[in-house]
Amino acid sequence: MAKLKATTDSNRKINGNTFLLIITIALFAVMYIAGMVIFADKGFAKPQMFLNLFISNAGLLVIAVGQTIVMITGGIDISVGSITALVCMVMANQMENHGMSAYAAIAVALVIGLAFGIVQGFLISYLEIQPFIVSLAGLFFGRGMTSMVSTEMISIKNETFLAWANAKIYLPFIGSYSKSGKFHPAYIYPTVIVALIIVAIIAIVMKYTKFGREVYAVGGNAQSALMMGLNVKKIKFKAYVLEGLLAGCGGFLFCLNSCAGFVEQAKGLEMDAISASVIGGTLLSGGVGTPFGTIFGVLIKGTITSLITTQGTLSSWWVRIVLSALLCFFIVLQAIFARMKKKNA
Amino acid sequence: MSNDVVLSMKDISKTFPGVKALQHVDFTLRKGEIHALMGENGAGKSTLIKVLTGVHSLDGGEIRIAGSDAPIINKSPQDAQSHGISTVYQEVNLCPNLSVAENLFIGREPRKLGFIDWHTMNKKSTELLKSLDIDARATDKLEECSLAKQQMIAIARAVDMKCQVLILDEPTSSLDDEEVEKLFVLMRRLRKEGVGIIFVTHFLEQVYAVCDRITVLRNGTLVGEYPVKELPRVELVAKMMGKNFDDLADIKGDHKALEKFEPVIEAEQVGRKGSIKPFDFVVNKGEVVGLTGLLGSGRSELVRAIYGADKPDTGKIKVNGKEVKINSPLDAMKQGMAYLPEDRKKDGILADLSVRENIIIALQAKRGMFHPMSRKEMEEAADKYIDMLQIKTASRETPIKSLSGGNQQKVIIGRWLLTNPDYLILDEPTRGIDIGTKTEIQKLVLDLADQGMAVTFISSEVEEMLRTCSRMGVLRDGKKVGEISGDQLTQEGVMKAIAGGDSNE
Amino acid sequence: MNKDSIKKITSMRLFLPIVCLIAVLLVNLITTPGFFKISINNGVLYGYIVDVVNRASELVILAVGMTLVTAASGGQDISVGAVMAVAAAVCCQILSGGEVSVTELAAPMALAIIAAILASALCGAFNGFLVAKMNIQPMVATLILYTAGRGIGQLITAGQITYVRVDSYKVFGGYIGKIPVPTPIFLAIIVVIIVNLILKKTALGLYIESVGINGTASRLVGLNSTLIKFLTYVICGVLAGIAGIIASSRIYSADVNNIGLNLEMDAILAVALGGNVLGGGKFSLMGSVIGAYTIQALTTTLYAMNVKADQLPVYKAIVVVIIVTLQSPVFQSFIAKQRAKKAAAAVEGGK
Repeated sequence: MAKLKATTDSNRKINGNTFLLIITIALFAVMYIAGMVIFADKGFAKPQMFLNLFISNAGLLVIAVGQTIVMITGGIDISVGSITALVCMVMANQMENHGMSAYAAIAVALVIGLAFGIVQGFLISYLEIQPFIVSLAGLFFGRGMTSMVSTEMISIKNETFLAWANAKIYLPFIGSYSKSGKFHPAYIYPTVIVALIIVAIIAIVMKYTKFGREVYAVGGNAQSALMMGLNVKKIKFKAYVLEGLLAGCGGFLFCLNSCAGFVEQAKGLEMDAISASVIGGTLLSGGVGTPFGTIFGVLIKGTITSLITTQGTLSSWWVRIVLSALLCFFIVLQAIFARMKKKNA
Repeated sequence: MSNDVVLSMKDISKTFPGVKALQHVDFTLRKGEIHALMGENGAGKSTLIKVLTGVHSLDGGEIRIAGSDAPIINKSPQDAQSHGISTVYQEVNLCPNLSVAENLFIGREPRKLGFIDWHTMNKKSTELLKSLDIDARATDKLEECSLAKQQMIAIARAVDMKCQVLILDEPTSSLDDEEVEKLFVLMRRLRKEGVGIIFVTHFLEQVYAVCDRITVLRNGTLVGEYPVKELPRVELVAKMMGKNFDDLADIKGDHKALEKFEPVIEAEQVGRKGSIKPFDFVVNKGEVVGLTGLLGSGRSELVRAIYGADKPDTGKIKVNGKEVKINSPLDAMKQGMAYLPEDRKKDGILADLSVRENIIIALQAKRGMFHPMSRKEMEEAADKYIDMLQIKTASRETPIKSLSGGNQQKVIIGRWLLTNPDYLILDEPTRGIDIGTKTEIQKLVLDLADQGMAVTFISSEVEEMLRTCSRMGVLRDGKKVGEISGDQLTQEGVMKAIAGGDSNE
Repeated sequence: MNKDSIKKITSMRLFLPIVCLIAVLLVNLITTPGFFKISINNGVLYGYIVDVVNRASELVILAVGMTLVTAASGGQDISVGAVMAVAAAVCCQILSGGEVSVTELAAPMALAIIAAILASALCGAFNGFLVAKMNIQPMVATLILYTAGRGIGQLITAGQITYVRVDSYKVFGGYIGKIPVPTPIFLAIIVVIIVNLILKKTALGLYIESVGINGTASRLVGLNSTLIKFLTYVICGVLAGIAGIIASSRIYSADVNNIGLNLEMDAILAVALGGNVLGGGKFSLMGSVIGAYTIQALTTTLYAMNVKADQLPVYKAIVVVIIVTLQSPVFQSFIAKQRAKKAAAAVEGGK
């Protein structure tokens, strides 16, 4: 009897997803180096410029990682911009108008994020309502609540808070020389360290804990996960709760940057988070994505902003346009890879 | 519960809105036994399994399992698993984005200090795969493995979880003969270890090859439980159908042999890279031509290339002697072709649409967007085929997803008959259909051929094709290697043709 | 009414959407006793209800397009608000001939309108290409124009708000001659009628449902799934263009930052409230239309209750969550189970 050889198994060492990540990292490198070359005279080549990427986007980094988690489950959360605005506004209001301590304000931020995560998570996981609709409602709710707290901007003057916001941490050996020959050491803020620690923790959780792997399983095929005995609803719920917590945390870090609360704050932040995730290799169909990749997505977004700001004459709308174009590029790339995968199966 | 019984289901009843799926059904599984669960479509097989594994809740009756005094209630697959009941379904229920090792160990990953121990997991997986002779690496992503391999991995997972009861729900549908044998070896090993295996299948051959007992259901009730040795095939089929049936009957008897050969479809060196090597294929008016070969040999790919479902890269196609360009299924349909796909769930049914809409859709598409069928036209068409094919449905407006698999298949057949094709391609038309209906469809095919329709019939059951086809194309490894007809049309003749070369190797 | 006819009515597709609309209208009536009062002042219709129907017009038009897109592709087009802005920008820029503010048309109205609709059709085609040809998830594909659309609009108007202070332009958002009914109402009704005709008098409605339910199967029965999906996005784009022109005409200018702001969300909600499954497949156009008017009525209710514009979204969010929860199959089966338990308990109690 003739033997049947099953369709060829892939011996590829690098699969499609890894390849996408390589493209992302390469893109970042190219963009950044181009910036260094073109804008060398405007200080782009200084190490501080690179560190500024992290400083400006510490909050976004944490939020984007949270977004990655829910996107792996196949969902999405477009309310994070509103959550951030609400967190900043409530914190500012409590500290300035109600004398709350900065430490208590941290708790407030986390509680707000958790609340969103729990409610949205419940609606999405247990009532099986579409994530887009639920988080859309969350977006409305958060933005509206922000203006209910106050329609005017509240600047944060709390000393502890400002101390945290302005505490420069100088890095040894890294820095640049000014024109007069003086060495200016490079610095970062505590927000960066906190953000990076959080990202590292989440990376470990996603790779090495039961919960993390369950999230990937549910994202890969929820029906199969259910059949294999996983509590799909609970896992999705937990994912959203974690993401809410990260959104609250990211909102807090964001606030350390802006030191204020106002109604229009962080508008469009959700799109930044989603773009960063997607550009970082998170598949929209779910099941694939890493915090590591998302870091590069955030760095790319930061680089675009820096490039446009440094250039000076282009309107800030261009950041959005370029980011959208990049998002388009990566989405199309993901689609092409998905097609190729289908053909090989 | 006696000592050698591992699972006892008594007086099980389950009702869905409008349908009594199970009524007072008993099922007993002993230790170290391979037990076939059989019945026509709508008999209640899958409902019984789903009730056992917690997918559906019981309306009546009780389930007992060895090692537990009280009756058990499974509210979820997790519950079932904790009671030692593992299931491997026909659709591979694994996660494609995860590695083979992860899929094997989801829910019970080896841990070190609370974190997942990848090294141990990969090592254990490699051992498990090796012990079951599965050619896959622990670190491969599941979606990179073939479907057959994925299924074996699914079984490996169930096996590794030390179950008392292993349910195999149509596991062999996508496996070739070699893989089926491997599966049987595995099953026999498990039987020796005392596992009770419930084997749900349509394949009579396989039942007689590996099973000890058979339970037959019909229309939601228990017909009986029999040791395999005491139940000849003919009787089994009779019990499943509720009537006397001679499964060796030659239905071709009245069918006229072809006198004239007028080619309807001529494919010359049609091929598609990676799918089917260039082939020649001719189908004449009033002829039923079969395509046979092992799983994956290219039978579906061949007809799909002709139909334009997967556009060919080379060759030309002639319809009634004239060369035509087929760029899409619609072109093929306009040339008088019709195609019943192999996978009705994925490629056939429009789940939420009604039976009526499912029946008329192909004809409507053929007519074009600007010539909608009137309500009356649609209703008449639907009624005609509901009647002709004996489709069991509450009404023509019932969503097709509410129908049983076999009836869904009939609707799809009706869909294509409505287009009045000159050339009808049937790819596994009787899959998932009970014996009685299978014969009806085979008879229908012969009738259509008598009326002048050209038909291509593809089936994994060679028996079926032998009863209807006057000629068979033989495929091997993605290539059409020849044709057989006349005297060669016997089981042996087909096997030899498929094997090729020296078939004693 | 006996039990059977009650059951028949409640299982009608449009039952829940109509109930929601009636509920919202009733609340409106309670908070604003003169809600249904219509009067004619200066030859023009006035009244709360007139306002609701008038202002809902753009939303109705968007909802129609969104319904088709949802049905065929199982996803939503979140760029419609931005596309409205783009259409408005193109239209006003042509009519003003590049100036910031004009009191006379610098180009024929027909030219500007056609150009605006072409632009919005192009946007729709862009979305359609990504979704239908490249198989990208709709929400993500349309995310691109959602983010970049207004930026593009800004480029078209060179960063300023272009004013067209010409009476003939104000017609679309205002009144035609002496007719007391606001024009947008007519336009919305016409759009709904035309689209409905197209869907029913051709097989397009059936095709869209078929493609939305199973694209592969549809292809094998001879449908061009790609083309049909693509078409729905182009239609959605065109409708967004029409809505954009109406919105722009109301304020006789192209305010790219604000035209259509958050309307995409309202449009999606209208589709959901209309009982349409957001995952695609079978759809009901009338359901979405009812949903659109419901949302507008809700907005009016909230304004009447002295809710500020910025805070409006909070209430909309809550209402939407309630309605979508009520529609969720999980919730409905939960309620059904509770009812069955109560019935069983009652039977036990009676024994």
